[in-house]
Amino acid sequence: MSEKNPRAVSGGNQARIFAVAVAALVLLALPFWVGGVFYVNISSQILIYAVFALGLNVLVGYAGLVSLGHAGIFGIAAYATAIALDAGFGSFGAIVFALAVTMAGMAVFAALSLRATGIGFIMITLALGQILWGLAYRWISLTSGDNGLNVVSRPAPFGFDLSDPVAFYYATLCVFAFTILASAIFIHSPFGASLKGARDQPRRMNALGYHVWLIRFYACLFSGFLTGIAGILFVYYNQFISPQTLALTSSAEVLLMVISGGSGTLLGPIAGAALVVIVKNLASAYIERWNMLLGAIFVAIVVFMPEGLVPGSARFARWVAKALRPSAAPAKPGKTP
Amino acid sequence: MSALVVSGLEKSFGGLRVTRMVNLSVEPGERRLIIGPNGAGKTTLFNLIAGEIRPDRGSIALFGDDLTRAPSRRRAHMGLSRTYQIITLFPGDTLLHNVLLSLLGLSRLRWNPFLPLHRQRELMAQAEAALARVNLSHMASRSLAETSYGERRRVEIAMALAQKPKVLLLDEPFAGLSVDERRDVQKLLAGIPRDVTIVMIEHDMDVALDFAERISVMHFGEVIVEGSRAEVVADPRVKEIYFGD
Repeated sequence: MSEKNPRAVSGGNQARIFAVAVAALVLLALPFWVGGVFYVNISSQILIYAVFALGLNVLVGYAGLVSLGHAGIFGIAAYATAIALDAGFGSFGAIVFALAVTMAGMAVFAALSLRATGIGFIMITLALGQILWGLAYRWISLTSGDNGLNVVSRPAPFGFDLSDPVAFYYATLCVFAFTILASAIFIHSPFGASLKGARDQPRRMNALGYHVWLIRFYACLFSGFLTGIAGILFVYYNQFISPQTLALTSSAEVLLMVISGGSGTLLGPIAGAALVVIVKNLASAYIERWNMLLGAIFVAIVVFMPEGLVPGSARFARWVAKALRPSAAPAKPGKTP
Repeated sequence: MSALVVSGLEKSFGGLRVTRMVNLSVEPGERRLIIGPNGAGKTTLFNLIAGEIRPDRGSIALFGDDLTRAPSRRRAHMGLSRTYQIITLFPGDTLLHNVLLSLLGLSRLRWNPFLPLHRQRELMAQAEAALARVNLSHMASRSLAETSYGERRRVEIAMALAQKPKVLLLDEPFAGLSVDERRDVQKLLAGIPRDVTIVMIEHDMDVALDFAERISVMHFGEVIVEGSRAEVVADPRVKEIYFGD
């Protein structure tokens, strides 16, 4: 039945396992080679934004729904954590509370925005994101408005004090690993297949017996769950949350992470998050107009790798491998180039 | 009890009446052909039966169950499958995955976000069997984008049959096929067991008339003639539609 060479498939799997093992070792050893607390913190930021981008990628990449209001969901989780801690909850209680509030918020967000797809969905999510930003900015009794909310300390689960940047990095790495694993399982599951089918041929999927709206709704909830986790990590990392986190620019930034890295892939949003965080934090130390640099990078990606960095690099690698292969003989006579 | 009963079905798009008081009764196991010139409302009738558009008036029943107001997805669960005039598949996926999606549509597994899809052996075996039924099992792992038009037509039929429908709606299954491909599809359709009732729209009279037991002729949204092949061919209104006065 299968046309694939089993040996090649097995070789591909081995290469993948090897790459994952190397990546895991590099990330585990990062605090020892990266060169200081500053860079450990940058790495934590990359992981947090990678979790956020993976959350948005569920919608953009696998459901075909572009959200411009996801920073609102991220902000709900962050504010809910800060408010719960301020109200006297322990860290565990605050995290559970924040996730519950985020999921409820995402359910409302999804119920309203899934009335449309395409540009309609984008506009509704944008509007909802702005409403949440407005609430954070103006509901001063709850959010302290522009002054934001402080989180006094980071948690210390099982005796590990996460105030230490390295400990926080490892905690973030664990959550990041969980997110990747959860995303991979989700995407390869029957529900993941249903979601991708609903993205590609919603009419056909309806005729095949799928409830396309409900599939998208559940996908929104999963996306909201991952985004909520990222929001909680973010507020613990910064120990501060302000309305700026919910602004449209934040939503656009994470969307650019997903698109520039490669939507609909697992590695793409991670690469996109790394790119944006590094340019923002490192290049900005040397280049005053770092925004221009980031813009130029995005333009270059769109021009040379419109599918995103990760799929584009894979395509480039395949092209190089093909060019270097000895059997890559000259074109057959009579064929136009 | 009839397999499919359409009663007084009406549909207008603005001022244009595309379906006018259509009545249709298809018996279990029957092969029914719907013909008519372009714009007669044949595909609209299929879209109404499949639930992709809502009728303004009238009713549709499948083995006695009223499904006039049932959404499209519910009709698939009730035993109604269809193919499309313009092939509507998942071009980025393999043939096997296309058929898997069809099977998954009626399975509770479709909601499962934990299990790996390609390790669902029973589902995989059913998908492979469905592809074997249309003689495509040798290219199950090939991307749909790398297949010919005729092969895609067969994948569509495999997807519809995989759902074990009670009533199968085929919208121009021979459209765009070569002579050889047409023969293959014809053989394939002839092999579908009688527990599947088939309603087919087709323009190719050579193959379609051989296939059908009864024929309904549509014109300007109405069924103007219904009967056996001989009755329809002999009817002056049909001659007028197809050949003019």
